[in-house]
Amino acid sequence: MNDRISQLRQQSLNAIPSVSLERAELLTEFYKSGEADKVSVPVARARAFHYLLSRKTICINTGELIVGERGPEPKATPTYPEICTHSQKDFKILNDREKIPFRIDKKTASIQNKTINPFWQGRSIRDRILNSVGEDWLKAYEAGVFTEFMEQRAPGHTVLDDKIYRKGIHDFQKEIENQIDQLDYYNDPDATNKHDELRAISITGDALIVFAERHAEMLESLARAEKNGNRKKELVKMARICRKVPANKPDTFWEALQYYWFVHLGVITELNTWDSFNPGRLDQHLLTFYRNDLKSGVLTEVDARELLQAFWIKFNNQPAPPKVGITAKESNTYTDFCLINVGGVNESGQDAVNELSFIILDIIEEMRLLQPSSMVQISRRNPDNFLHRALKIIRTGYGQPSVFNSDAIIQELVRQGKSLQDARNGGASGCVEAGAFGKESYVLTGYFNIPKILEITMYNGIDPESGNLIGIQSGDVGSFKTFGDFLAAFHSQLKYFIDIKIKGNRIIEKLWSELLPSPFMSLLIDDCIINGKDYNAGGARYNSSYIQGVGLGSVTDSLTSIKYNVYDKQHVSMKDLLKALKTNFEKSGDLRKLLKDGTPKYGNDDDYADDILQDVFEMYFQTIDGRPNTKGGAYRVNLLPTTCHVYFGSVIGALPDGRYAGVPLSEGISPVQGADRNGPTAVMNSAAKIDHLRTGGTLLNQKFTPQVLAREEGIIKLGQLIRSYFKMDGHHIQFNVVTAETLKKAQKNPENYRDLIVRVAGYSDYFVDLTDDLQSEIIKRTEQLL
Amino acid sequence: MSEKGIISDIKRYAINDGPGIRTTVFFKGCPLNCWWCHNPENRHCGVEHLEVEDREKGTGTKMEIVGREISSDEVISLIKKDRVYYDESGGGVTFSGGEPTLQMRFLLDLLKRCRELNIHTVVDTSGYTTMGNLNRMKDLVDLYLFDFKVMDIEKHKLYTGLSNTRIKENLEYLLGIGNNVELRLPLIPGITDTNENITEILEYLSTLSGISDICILPYNILHRDKLKRFLLENKLGNLAVQEKSVITDLQDRFLSKGYNVRIGG
Repeated sequence: MNDRISQLRQQSLNAIPSVSLERAELLTEFYKSGEADKVSVPVARARAFHYLLSRKTICINTGELIVGERGPEPKATPTYPEICTHSQKDFKILNDREKIPFRIDKKTASIQNKTINPFWQGRSIRDRILNSVGEDWLKAYEAGVFTEFMEQRAPGHTVLDDKIYRKGIHDFQKEIENQIDQLDYYNDPDATNKHDELRAISITGDALIVFAERHAEMLESLARAEKNGNRKKELVKMARICRKVPANKPDTFWEALQYYWFVHLGVITELNTWDSFNPGRLDQHLLTFYRNDLKSGVLTEVDARELLQAFWIKFNNQPAPPKVGITAKESNTYTDFCLINVGGVNESGQDAVNELSFIILDIIEEMRLLQPSSMVQISRRNPDNFLHRALKIIRTGYGQPSVFNSDAIIQELVRQGKSLQDARNGGASGCVEAGAFGKESYVLTGYFNIPKILEITMYNGIDPESGNLIGIQSGDVGSFKTFGDFLAAFHSQLKYFIDIKIKGNRIIEKLWSELLPSPFMSLLIDDCIINGKDYNAGGARYNSSYIQGVGLGSVTDSLTSIKYNVYDKQHVSMKDLLKALKTNFEKSGDLRKLLKDGTPKYGNDDDYADDILQDVFEMYFQTIDGRPNTKGGAYRVNLLPTTCHVYFGSVIGALPDGRYAGVPLSEGISPVQGADRNGPTAVMNSAAKIDHLRTGGTLLNQKFTPQVLAREEGIIKLGQLIRSYFKMDGHHIQFNVVTAETLKKAQKNPENYRDLIVRVAGYSDYFVDLTDDLQSEIIKRTEQLL
Repeated sequence: MSEKGIISDIKRYAINDGPGIRTTVFFKGCPLNCWWCHNPENRHCGVEHLEVEDREKGTGTKMEIVGREISSDEVISLIKKDRVYYDESGGGVTFSGGEPTLQMRFLLDLLKRCRELNIHTVVDTSGYTTMGNLNRMKDLVDLYLFDFKVMDIEKHKLYTGLSNTRIKENLEYLLGIGNNVELRLPLIPGITDTNENITEILEYLSTLSGISDICILPYNILHRDKLKRFLLENKLGNLAVQEKSVITDLQDRFLSKGYNVRIGG
């Protein structure tokens, strides 16, 4: 990268995340003025958006090529008091915590106290939600049975398609006018609502144009003051771009990137949508601009790379908004999950890998930033050299890009009722979630703690952490004659809590659609304009609600252990097992050893455990999939944890698989940490026994030591391993090439790292089985390799 | 009828034991006794109760059972589990050890069944076996990984316990009846990687026809750990691993004679 990019990158890396109350203050000002009370809710939201974008600080960093920050400076992160308010205690936690802190100065804390909280407390949607969901919901929530995504972040989760590269805001506004003209006020009882919504959408378009023009003005004044001739020319050009887009459709590569960036800032300023919005299939969207610009000579490949690098840095300047309460605990990261998709197939199902796909992989490797995240879509149609290029980046231990199965994603989306074309234009976003880009609202509503259900079953409906009865009384487990009886009790608890979750979701979805519509998002997602309906109210072409299952490995191993040790082999009575769990195996070391080492485990391609995995998956799936949500769509399942398996583990006591109280659960569909002992093919065979095509995404993590990936041959064989998993419909796989640091942890704490294999010619062994000396030797060599 | 044999382990996702992704079955028992053996617990035939370091406790020793009896039915059902990976990668199964031909009935049964299933087979051999055995495996083995260590008979005897005469005869015989053979040369510093030994190997190879692939295996220290764990004497001492340049120089010597040379491991 050149000096300019290197400096901008360094600025981004050095910037300390802080809380900025600019947005909160402007918003409060607007709502206090009474303007919001004079108009319909969607129009009020649109005017608030206009108010923000007309007044917020414009930030243009030295040397920048793509302009616009969400806050007044890089990593200055706004709050969204209409959604949730931060108490002084929240601020203190955010400021003081060791990991993922946000700097909050005294002045900020004081403004929060004097201006923001008095107005929004009780009015924020979080307060409204917590007052509406009911006692049983709150009890389950507080016990850690599930989390709730929409209590402090907006139901976003969507990704843009190619529409902004074909249309300017003026074009969208013309479509809106057409729709308004066609409204039938005499026969359509919804016409007035539609009219308000469409007007609101149009106002947000104006707001974005104003925002761009304010950048243009500043660029023009910077240009006038600029001494350096080259930079002056650049600034003039950038000002021209900001005058042209987003009002009009882009014609060049640079214009396309800048247009997207304004749209991105619009989305993350309007609301704090979860799993942030991103451009999706970037190598597809930009390809025509790239080729045309090269041909006409306005751009070189070097220029394109520089612009992409500048674009990348912009993402890194926007940390995920600071959370509060339980959500702060379970989702502890600066990353906002903007997952750039590269590769895959085009709308007609052909190989879509192109020269830009490879350039973007270079950018990912070179920038090595936390944000944006990146992934490659791998279809059976895609060439191996593309996969291998991606694997070479993974080999460096950066953890990106993750690898997705395009062919599976398409089948998942089609099963859910999407058209084949919409499915092919889609991909994965957030962590692993399949979506029809630009046309779907696919809202994650919360993580669901499946092993907690098992624990509540063990205690006949009581949460042992609090001693409260929070579930149903499904029976004394000591009295169950067969494993089938036990499983039936588990199933009834599962149904009970899923019902509570879904009932709560309905209340919450309704509140969002009534109180906080998102007209700007509705401008971007089909078919909100055609339907005259807000994104948060079901305006999108497809509307899916997800409940994300967590701890599949842990619950499978625990149920397997009960079946094996209590019923089949009768190694231990249920009563004694319960006693051991209650005391966290304090005096039951031998029993724990049996549960850990002498019991079949998921992840070893052993049908004894994997059959139970399939049972649990079916139960979870049947309880959720296809139930209607409030937006005309349906509930779906996916299996991913982000970092929630840590929080969920902290609220569960000892489990029948030998897991100690409080330690993290298994993550995604990965086996319990250290439980898989037969290598990656066995893990993948086990994982492939889940019917991935009926989910909206699964997450599988695999650890490798760098030695396994050494040389071209290691890359080729890893590629073949992935292709095999994808042949079996595996949805996603992500590789952690273990670092020396991880190996050091394994040396200290072998129990959780028993799956770590060291491979060399004619010999391979589990890392934890090696002597200290040799472990140290391997750590040393690993440090050299990475 | 299902045969039975003694194995020490079955490893899946074996990526260094032949083409593609493979499953490697380690047979127990070996006629040689190489100083650098990576699987010293596999020397003796039969299931053994061995005293080993107790690494869980960190001190002292414990008894460990090494090896298990297994039926060819069971081995085949395990092998079949990873077919999708073999198909995708051009892989298959590798019979290694120990010396797999020491359990010939078991090996033959497995090889025949793999043939019926159309699974690619590799036999990783020390070469110390009988021509009769090689004949019986004719048409059942897609590729031999044939270990070749030291040319000098006396040194061979010293470092492996046996003469290399039979090994050379078998190599010649295998090539003569048209088998695919990849020669594997473990490079042990000062023993097999010497100028003298490499020159002699090259001279010998020039008298053979049918060898085109050579895999050189740079020395690695992992065998030391196993010797320690199994409380066995480390006759080799603490050798240092070769510099990269030493390996590439050696590779060049084989390349210049027209062989395809791969660095293994």
